[in-house]
Amino acid sequence: MTLDPITLSVIQAGLQQVCDEMDLSFSRAAFSPVIAEANDRSDGIYAAEDGALIAQGAGGLPVFVGTMQYSTRVLTERIASGQTAPPEPGDVYIVNDPYLGGTHLMDVRFARPFYRNGELYCWLSNTGHWPDTGGAVPGGFSASATAVEQEGLRLPPVKLFKRGEMDREIYQIICSNIRVAEQRIGDVKAQAAALTVGEDRLNALMDRYGDATVTEAIAELRRRAAQQMRAFIAGIPEGRYDSTAWIDSDGVVDEPLAIRLAVTRKDDTLQFDFSGSSAPCLGPMNSVRATTLSSVYLAMRHIFPEVPISAGAFEPLTVTGIEGTFLDAQYPRPVSGCAAEVSQRIAEAVFAALVQALPDRVTAAPAGTSGNFALGGFDPERGRGYVMYQLSGGGYGGNADHDGLSNGCSTIGISKAPPVEIMEQAFPVLYHHYRIHEGSGGAGKHRGGFGLDYMVELRRGEARASFVMDHGRFGPQGALGGEDGAPNAVTVWRGGSPHVPEHLSKEQDIPLMAGDRVHVKTPGGGGYGNPAERDPELVQEDIFLGYYRSDKPEI
Amino acid sequence: MASDGTGQVAGVDVGGTFTDLVRIDQQTGEVRLAKVASTLDNQAFGVLNALEAAGSDLAALDLIVHGTTTTTNAVLERKLSKTGLITTQGFRDVLELGRRTRPQPYGMKGSFRPIIPRNLRLEVPERMDASGQVLITLDVEAVREAARALLDAGCESVVVHFLHAYANPAHELACCAILREVWPNDHITLGHALLSESREFERGVTAAVNASVQPLLARYIRRLEDALAEGGYGSELLVMNGNGGMVSSRRVADEAAKTVMSGPASGVMAAAYTGRAAGIGELITYDMGGTSTDVALIRDAEPQVSNETEIEYAMPIHVPMVDVRTVGAGGGSIARVDAAGLLQVGPESAGSVPGPICYGRGGTQPTISDANLLLGRLDPARLAVEGGVSLEMVRDAFAVLGAPLGLDAGQAAEAVIRVANARMAGAIRMVSVSLGADPRDFALFAFGGAGPLHACALAKELGIPRVLVPPRPGITNAIGCVVADLRHDYVRTLGRALDTLDMTDLRAAFDEQAAEGEALISAERVRLAGIRRVHSVDMQFIGQTHLIRVPVPDPGLSREDLQAAFERVYFDRFRVELSEIRASVVNVNTSVIGERLPVDLSTLIDPAGRKGSVAEAKTGVRPVRFGDAVFETPVYRREWLPLDAVLNGPAVVEQMDTTVLLEPGDVARGDAQGNLLVEVGA
Repeated sequence: MTLDPITLSVIQAGLQQVCDEMDLSFSRAAFSPVIAEANDRSDGIYAAEDGALIAQGAGGLPVFVGTMQYSTRVLTERIASGQTAPPEPGDVYIVNDPYLGGTHLMDVRFARPFYRNGELYCWLSNTGHWPDTGGAVPGGFSASATAVEQEGLRLPPVKLFKRGEMDREIYQIICSNIRVAEQRIGDVKAQAAALTVGEDRLNALMDRYGDATVTEAIAELRRRAAQQMRAFIAGIPEGRYDSTAWIDSDGVVDEPLAIRLAVTRKDDTLQFDFSGSSAPCLGPMNSVRATTLSSVYLAMRHIFPEVPISAGAFEPLTVTGIEGTFLDAQYPRPVSGCAAEVSQRIAEAVFAALVQALPDRVTAAPAGTSGNFALGGFDPERGRGYVMYQLSGGGYGGNADHDGLSNGCSTIGISKAPPVEIMEQAFPVLYHHYRIHEGSGGAGKHRGGFGLDYMVELRRGEARASFVMDHGRFGPQGALGGEDGAPNAVTVWRGGSPHVPEHLSKEQDIPLMAGDRVHVKTPGGGGYGNPAERDPELVQEDIFLGYYRSDKPEI
Repeated sequence: MASDGTGQVAGVDVGGTFTDLVRIDQQTGEVRLAKVASTLDNQAFGVLNALEAAGSDLAALDLIVHGTTTTTNAVLERKLSKTGLITTQGFRDVLELGRRTRPQPYGMKGSFRPIIPRNLRLEVPERMDASGQVLITLDVEAVREAARALLDAGCESVVVHFLHAYANPAHELACCAILREVWPNDHITLGHALLSESREFERGVTAAVNASVQPLLARYIRRLEDALAEGGYGSELLVMNGNGGMVSSRRVADEAAKTVMSGPASGVMAAAYTGRAAGIGELITYDMGGTSTDVALIRDAEPQVSNETEIEYAMPIHVPMVDVRTVGAGGGSIARVDAAGLLQVGPESAGSVPGPICYGRGGTQPTISDANLLLGRLDPARLAVEGGVSLEMVRDAFAVLGAPLGLDAGQAAEAVIRVANARMAGAIRMVSVSLGADPRDFALFAFGGAGPLHACALAKELGIPRVLVPPRPGITNAIGCVVADLRHDYVRTLGRALDTLDMTDLRAAFDEQAAEGEALISAERVRLAGIRRVHSVDMQFIGQTHLIRVPVPDPGLSREDLQAAFERVYFDRFRVELSEIRASVVNVNTSVIGERLPVDLSTLIDPAGRKGSVAEAKTGVRPVRFGDAVFETPVYRREWLPLDAVLNGPAVVEQMDTTVLLEPGDVARGDAQGNLLVEVGA
């Protein structure tokens, strides 16, 4: 190696900086709260030839860690085969096809070619979750879709910007097929401008250190990330670690779906074999290949956060056995649940397998559902329709160091939930309580964190409630003798009578009248270690603070 | 006795390790400085020690301005008064559930301790809706019961926090009236009083922080006032707030949360003042200490103030604070080689105990300070007084660090400085970019114990052309106390589309805010040079959630002017033009600033001590390593340099409170205020 290690560190920080600035610029200028507040977006730099991940923003949505390099790779392949027009300076491609390296339709990717001295040097790309891309239900999360066409508009890679100018015709086609289209122009401009910011910064970095040095550094950093991941893997005791994680149902057929995983550590590689997992399902709980791989990567990054995000970090990891299962769904299987729910269950399977091997690093299972509750209706007082989303956190798993966090964000996200006061300002609803889901943390030497327990009432007009959640049938897994966390529970009170969805955590279009209520209790985290080993003082404190009822001791 | 701020003024700042004092006699120009150990259990001792060390006659002092870390430390170390919460039925867990987050994007570990434990969070029946209409009337008897229960549990202070109180505070006020009858002291905080905005978690935590530190601050200030009075002091005591302004000690505990993070704020105020005197209005302040580095932005000589500070994970304190961002790198940051064979510096820190190896307190891991020492940037002769450590021990640690990288000890130390500077530069860049500024348009204001040592290299890394090193970088916070103004900030939520906004309403809102602040400032017993108003609005395109601040120099501006100003600010920040979407005015902001009489800082370094030439200020030469080369580098004593000194790098300038390092190619020039202005070499 000719590059000195210090220049390497400096360029590593510089590439990271380019991506972080793109992330920041995108979020701050965006309109959709999903991007602006929930940071449901990611920005990165990808190799010109195969889309391999060079660097990605530290504050990007975790589930996009792996998907964007596949999306970019598919783009390069399609350009090479002539299916997609070749790039020119100033172009920006748009694509949201799940089967072309994506997640669900709402995650829309932009890619901009980056040139040095007239040559394509790399790709700058970002993903943003659009609030709507058409389809049967507002927001795209249909619990009972059976084909992708019911989920929204699907775009192959096409140039939305040609040599810096937006193609108004393509834009009009998009706008005619999505809801609340008038605000999309702001998000489209923000998403494209973020890539321009990245281009400026990357040019500045390369001007400063020279193209040859940066090119050499990129290759070396990839090698180093692989080396670092291999070093961590080598610390895992050699052997095979099995786990199974369950999805309640696909929303259409009320049967659980199994993720069966065998992780094998051999030398300095890890193999993730998903053979024996359930077949593709009728409803929207399918995952696509890119999302499945990304879920494995994000789980590994939760376990080894020290390893920088780079294609090299993924090199020692191989994923097998997904062909023919619901983890590698093909067109036209519906996929809206893949990024929010299935991905988290894949991560749970990875945690449950590796906690056996790395008990100090890995936690028991976290809540692992985004808790998506959508309420769509008409507000007679304001004379307009609305769609309200309530995404909720849950308990994290206990771990070697301490009890799990309460009301943590989903495993694949990093977003904040909206305050009750904001929800009541914006929608005709009233929350009766918003409290800790008592008793939900799985018992253990270190117990799971607690889920959330809320009840919300429709104050006026009529509305329809839909749920795409999970872990209603099985609670998040305990580890090393710890007990499972409490499952998710949904009860809809209509005319004073309780209704529990047939699929427990999923149902679409439940009609509500003014005065009807929705009661949701989200899962607690799994417990870690034998509950009998818990410090008796902590047991007493948990009861004193009302986290558990004393008549139902958790030990 | 009326203090008019024209005689002797003392600024006293309590930091984690030292209590710093600067006393200026406005008539004679005489300056006295003192640096004594902080006494963290009762900071008043340190304050008195500092006054004594400077030989102060308390009776002759005209004004004392005090910056205290009492509340900051209490919050960060969770050493709080026992505080109870009375809240809306069904919502006592809001303070514990937070906003559904986790401490780090990656890693499923981490925990959070609510500021008030669950057993002290009690619910009473009451409910407002979002428009402020009463849905459930306040249960008065339940309030009495809750108050009794909290008193029985030993609570000293109490928070009343009801849903939607920002829309209608009637229930909080009624609850307060009942509490006044039974609560044995004044420590009652109402949720809407400090922050009348929606978002129940942020408003609740802000109120809970206020209540939890209020008794501590009140007690401390009383003790200090008593001790000062005993010593003969008869004038006003002013206390720094986190917004960079001061308030009377009589009022400071009412809004105790506003004093949190006031230390970093006063440093930024000093920087703004110094920059203004030097004619440099655009500054990035760079305060590098032992464990962390504070960075802030000053534009047009005004520090940026934010209402949305989160001082640690899930600890938002939404009162106006100077926007100071902390970067996890300081002199004590530890260097190591990671599993990928890459050199990393920080975020782990040796702290002050055991501290860097060179402190001689048992530290064994190589840090940034150790690297500076080994490279000759810090005076190795100082090791002797630190005790027990030899330069060889430091060298050995870097030899071990460098071995897997193929570097010798000196190369490894140089590498540590380069990597640390690159990381700090990246972080500074993010801070400035997130506030919408290009660092190349600024000068770097270097202070803190280690700031002037790294500033020139950092500036080079960032493309910043100039570095401003003030006369006394190591006591900048105390100087901030001496020069800070009285200040009150107001925010009102308007939430109206610009094209339907009645511009006379906007004008009226500005005027009301200004009148309220001016009334408060006029009531203080401090003579002022004048009162200034600063107006701005927070705007967005309709449908966005983030806001962008638009300065409003003329409160009577027209709708078209405001639209144009907004579009300009927006384009500068995001390079996005959005004529398709309407703009909205979300918040109306006014700061009322009581400007103190000007303070002359040119005597911070005693003019009588300055020599006639640069040559006379030279104390010696020592080898200092820059890059791969070692330079025989002249060493100067700052206090001896003539005001108009010109120094060519490389050079080391040592002074009582810090060391300034000029790299080869840098040129430093003294100015009339005693600053060193460095033109950074290519």
